Amino acid sequence: MRRLSWFNTTALTLGFAFLYLPMVILIIYSFNESKLVTVWAGFSTKWYGELIQNEAFLNAAWVTLRVAVISSTIATVLGTMAALVLVRAGRFSGRTLFSGMIYAPLVMPEVITGLSLLLLFIGIGLDRGVFTIILAHTTFSMCYVSVVVSSRLVSFDKSLEEAALDLGCSPISAFRLVTLPIIAPAVISGWLLAFTLSLDDLVIASFTSGPSSTTLPIKIWSAVRLGVSPEINALSTLMIAIVAVGVITASLITKRASLKQQADERAAVHA
Amino acid sequence: MRRLALIIIPYAWLLALFLVPFIIVLKISLSDTALSIPPYTPTLDFSAGWVGIKDFFGNLDFENFEFLTTDDLYWKAYLSSLKIAFVATVLTLLVGYPIAYGMANAPDHWRPTLMMLIILPFWTSFLIRVYSWMGILSNEGYLNQLLLSLGVISEPLTILNTNTAVYIGIVYTYLPFMILPIYSALERLDASLLEAAEDLGCSRFTAFWLVTIPLSKSGIIAGCFLVFIPTLGEFVIPSLLGGSKTLMIGKVLWEEFFNNRDWPVASAVAVILLLILIVPIILFQRNEQKQREAEG
Amino acid sequence: MGQTIFEPWNDPSAKPLIQFKNVTKKFGDFVAIDNQTFDIYAQEFFALLGPSGCGKTTMMRMLAGFETPTEGTILLGGEDIAPIPPNKRAVNMMFQSYALFPHLSVWENIAFGLKRDSMPKPDIEARVAEMLKLTRLEQFAKRKPHQISGGQRQRVALARSLAKAPKLLLLDEPLGALDAKLRQDTQFELMDIQEKTGTTFVIVTHDQEEAMTVASRVAVMDDGRIIQVDTPARIYESPNSVYVADFIGDVTILSGTATPRDDGYDIAFAEGQPPLRSKSDTRLDKGQACHLAIRPEKVSITAEKPVDAANAMQGKILDIAYLGNLSTYHVQLPNGQIIKAQTANTRRLSRRSFTWEDDVWLSWTDTAGVLLAG
Repeated sequence: MRRLSWFNTTALTLGFAFLYLPMVILIIYSFNESKLVTVWAGFSTKWYGELIQNEAFLNAAWVTLRVAVISSTIATVLGTMAALVLVRAGRFSGRTLFSGMIYAPLVMPEVITGLSLLLLFIGIGLDRGVFTIILAHTTFSMCYVSVVVSSRLVSFDKSLEEAALDLGCSPISAFRLVTLPIIAPAVISGWLLAFTLSLDDLVIASFTSGPSSTTLPIKIWSAVRLGVSPEINALSTLMIAIVAVGVITASLITKRASLKQQADERAAVHA
Repeated sequence: MRRLALIIIPYAWLLALFLVPFIIVLKISLSDTALSIPPYTPTLDFSAGWVGIKDFFGNLDFENFEFLTTDDLYWKAYLSSLKIAFVATVLTLLVGYPIAYGMANAPDHWRPTLMMLIILPFWTSFLIRVYSWMGILSNEGYLNQLLLSLGVISEPLTILNTNTAVYIGIVYTYLPFMILPIYSALERLDASLLEAAEDLGCSRFTAFWLVTIPLSKSGIIAGCFLVFIPTLGEFVIPSLLGGSKTLMIGKVLWEEFFNNRDWPVASAVAVILLLILIVPIILFQRNEQKQREAEG
Repeated sequence: MGQTIFEPWNDPSAKPLIQFKNVTKKFGDFVAIDNQTFDIYAQEFFALLGPSGCGKTTMMRMLAGFETPTEGTILLGGEDIAPIPPNKRAVNMMFQSYALFPHLSVWENIAFGLKRDSMPKPDIEARVAEMLKLTRLEQFAKRKPHQISGGQRQRVALARSLAKAPKLLLLDEPLGALDAKLRQDTQFELMDIQEKTGTTFVIVTHDQEEAMTVASRVAVMDDGRIIQVDTPARIYESPNSVYVADFIGDVTILSGTATPRDDGYDIAFAEGQPPLRSKSDTRLDKGQACHLAIRPEKVSITAEKPVDAANAMQGKILDIAYLGNLSTYHVQLPNGQIIKAQTANTRRLSRRSFTWEDDVWLSWTDTAGVLLAG
């Protein structure tokens, strides 16, 4: 059954062409000499040069990076706590509301999340800026983190923690020395997810940002509403490149780790 | 004690930054528009004590919701969002299923790579992925250039700023959400089931129809909801790829808020959108629950 | 010889290490442990044996501190352990899944508990080295748990739980994950280590052979109760109930009514058969329902009617289970009752004297069976 029939080959070829062609075209035309983005006029890297000198973009990138690092870090802490509550805390009054609040933001339209947070910030008289974007991003991304971490915690063998207690750990040191190192990969991927969500977010940031805190997606948004621009192509290419390098490296590392583990296990059997 | 702290910290955060904002939206949707800051009345005035609170509740009404029913822009926008989300979901399923099927039947050593290729776009900026279609679909775009040079068409097609472009954008950006659940359902499918079906007299196609499709049903349902639910409130795609005639409720809400500064109406639009979303969300949860029970 | 036999349970002056006093454990409405009282003595190898769900694991988890009794008290060295959390108890546990920390090496796993006691570094190193030697793991010290075999993992788990020199070591199905051959070797290794370290072991198992092999005393459990606590030999030879007789080893249970005669009983068990003769200290009234439990190896099988056997009856061979060293015959009496008889295969197969459908005589002495009240 596991063979590539002509149907499967066609489906995969067309499917991946559909997924990747738009980005490939974007990347190619980011090296276009011409200001007219749809007409090829020769190879050039001049748009990258202009991009690097564009202070507005650099500022926005810096704001975005700060927001993403801070919000994803807080979200990872809160989300891991929330996952522990969901998986470990057992029954407590308000549990249903709690799990509802964890899952709701995952399906909530961004316009509603953004609107409601904006109304809150205005209601309590909080000036909009980097701080409010961080609050907003932390709130929705902690839910993603808790989903990722709790799915790992569900399959976590509880006797490992009991063994730590049995050997003299307090509950807190058992968590720090045993549980946390073991669920660390899930916590890290939770952080990465939160980080990307924050980098990526346009809608919620638009609602919660102030005039001095334009993020990169907001900047890109206001540029692309006017149409395709070679500078945005260059910027997109850089962003795609960073993500691609990151994801491919990560998957190579996990692949090597799993190959090593397999080899180790084989060695153990023959030992 | 520790358990209490563990519960309270994330709980309080979510209450303050998720539930309370929501209640505020609900409250403002029941208020009246006013030329003041904030641009609505009544505002809750605790200094007036009990009378203030009573006044406050007395002044809340459903006027905004009535307004939504009188102006046909809104219900047309809701209907059109539902239609676009539905059609786009079906299209995504038609595109996604063969890809998921191809992946599930690919040789074992290819699958991690294929999987990574499906997930990779998911990590790249949503905005950029939508934007990449603007250059392709515009009148002078790459698609029209290609078709013109091949002589398939003599006049450039108008695709950008139409619903067609919106459909393409949605299928493109939400495709991984459709492929992943279907793939994981198909991957678990035991190949000997198909051999058994063929052994019992099914043709390849009837075996697919009678065995593969029913057994991947939960994946199909999950994928459809994962596309349908976020599409309903989508804002970026209709704004960038759609035209002035593309009505989607997320876009209406945005414009109501940022362009008209009509907060109460924007809030009412949000409340109704949520009410509409509750049905598919509950159905989705039920499907997940059923699947978990079937597995566990 | 002069050497005293290790039997503290028969010594009224011996102080038990662990005392369960009227311990009941409920999970909601479910009664996991039902008002149990028993003692475990220092240096014992004590086995809790029973089918899954009989409460043996709950018993062990109460000793480790992961569950607290609903009623009653558990004393360790005379002290109530209920208020002591698991991390403060001088009790260590070897988990069924081994629960080896996957992110730590074998060495670090074994040192884990010692580090918690803030033992000085050289002492930790010495102790871990000692444990590695005891469990023959020296060359695997630097490996991670996934880099060693199942049997080695089992030994790491044992070394880790023994490292802190606990007063009491709990072993939850310690050999459950090993294959049959390795399990046998490991049983003897466990006994050896228990003897060398002098630690009190409490083992939970559902495998009666394992319990009989390793334990100084076995507690047979069913449905939240201990049915019998005794040495393996007495559990086998003198079960106190049909349940224990049936649970341990192979047995034929004959049911009937007792009539006292001389220093024993006549047991009427079937129409047209002479009564069974059994000598027993069991007190039974005339006409009381009773069961006679007979081990197959105590039943002789002959072609001719044996002379002056206390019990003898004729039947037909229904089935033969050839086990290599032994053969078990299932012999059916005219009334349909099946009795199992076992013979040692001292001769080659071709010389075997009985085959299917043969009419044979079964016989046993008047002390061979165990008489139990019905």
